[in-house]
Amino acid sequence: MAETMTVQKTVRFIITRQDSPDSKPYTETFDIPYRPNMNVISALMEIQRNPVNAEGKQTTPVVWESNCLEEVCGACSMVINGKPRQACTALVDKLEQPIRLEPMRTFPVVRDLVINRERMFNALKRVKAWIPIDGTYDLGPGPRMAESKRQWAYELSRCMTCGVCLEACPNVNERSSFIGPAPISQVRLFNAHPTGEMNKEERLEALMEDGGIEGCGNSQNCVRVCPKGIPLTTSIAAVNRDVTKHMFKKWLNA
Amino acid sequence: MRTNSFYTRRLHSLLGVIPLCLFFVTHMLTNFQAAEGGPERFRSAVEFINNLPILPVLEFVLIWAPLVFHGVYGLYVAYQSNLNTGRYGYGRNWAFALQRITGVITLIFVAWHVYETRIQVMLGNIGHGDFGQVMHDIATNGLSFTFYTIGVLAAAFHFANGLWAFFVSWGITVGPRAQRISSYFWMGVFVIVAGMFLAALISFRSEAFAETASVLTQTAIG
Repeated sequence: MAETMTVQKTVRFIITRQDSPDSKPYTETFDIPYRPNMNVISALMEIQRNPVNAEGKQTTPVVWESNCLEEVCGACSMVINGKPRQACTALVDKLEQPIRLEPMRTFPVVRDLVINRERMFNALKRVKAWIPIDGTYDLGPGPRMAESKRQWAYELSRCMTCGVCLEACPNVNERSSFIGPAPISQVRLFNAHPTGEMNKEERLEALMEDGGIEGCGNSQNCVRVCPKGIPLTTSIAAVNRDVTKHMFKKWLNA
Repeated sequence: MRTNSFYTRRLHSLLGVIPLCLFFVTHMLTNFQAAEGGPERFRSAVEFINNLPILPVLEFVLIWAPLVFHGVYGLYVAYQSNLNTGRYGYGRNWAFALQRITGVITLIFVAWHVYETRIQVMLGNIGHGDFGQVMHDIATNGLSFTFYTIGVLAAAFHFANGLWAFFVSWGITVGPRAQRISSYFWMGVFVIVAGMFLAALISFRSEAFAETASVLTQTAIG
């Protein structure tokens, strides 16, 4: 009797790992049992369940970050086959194998694929990416926003601070203090809001300082890699226009 | 004084256009007279510039000062950039990388070119009337002809692509369509400018530029 053998199909992952923020990065290869419709996150979960590398040696599970698993939270950003993107929407069936995973090195690496995106949240604070509505008394309802404008602004509001645009930007690095594309687009968003507009100048002035909007060199990689399809380069040019106007107004009115 | 890189960078951008781009176009038109009208026209074009009033002031304000600022600060801007066309091989990213590479080439080329021409006049080794001869010697030497061709192509690209970026950085071309049409326009300008400079450079190879020079030397001696 011929023995029936089921050959388990596997997917090879080559992962750039790092044990601590200061230790040297190294690569480790894993062969993960294939399942239909799996994504990079489910493959990482498989390694977590059975942390054995391709040589059959027991190893530490690969550490990563993820939350929503539907490309709205921005936590699982990593470099997959050379391109920064979200791991949750990186379907294994659509990726070239072996699949290479690396952390986004523009940010400080915490461990393995986990990075610290704190600079992005600091940037949002710096440009005041919010709408101030609190007062010592009831300020009443704000001005209405036209529905057509709301729909347009919604596109910009989809930014999830994932950091992919900063990773692709050649001007975001340790030699430059450039704030990056995402917060500039947020300035455009909050300056477009009827209530947010009241603090328009503050946000523009935050971008007219060291590491502000002047750091953009127009490589336009940001708009190519943004997982949400946000028109980042249009936002940057639009804010450039506002900043230019604000600069001349300030000089001529002084 | 506390410096804000925003204003430094905007000054760098502005000086690149006014006056440097304007000077670049003037230089191109002057040179092109060599291709269009030969040595006599070229000499009279050079003479016209040298007969301008308050020339040392014009030269310092419109050329030397902006050139040094744009060049030196430009090196710092280039130093601050990563070149990542390997990972992101998009057209605009290539233009971004080339803008920095051609900027450095242009700075080296301009320094050498100024040494060979303006500095030599300053040192009294040649006069303004000898530029045709100087350029003839440069254009007929294979090595310096190659160097000048590379320099001219780099400068023309940096000029045209720099103007494309200027229109984005000052918020004039905002949308993707405006930026795309602008890029076609400025690449057309690159081809024309590079062509006119190269035509002039090639015309300097003509023996006519050597002969007029020798006539000049003879009259000087006679």
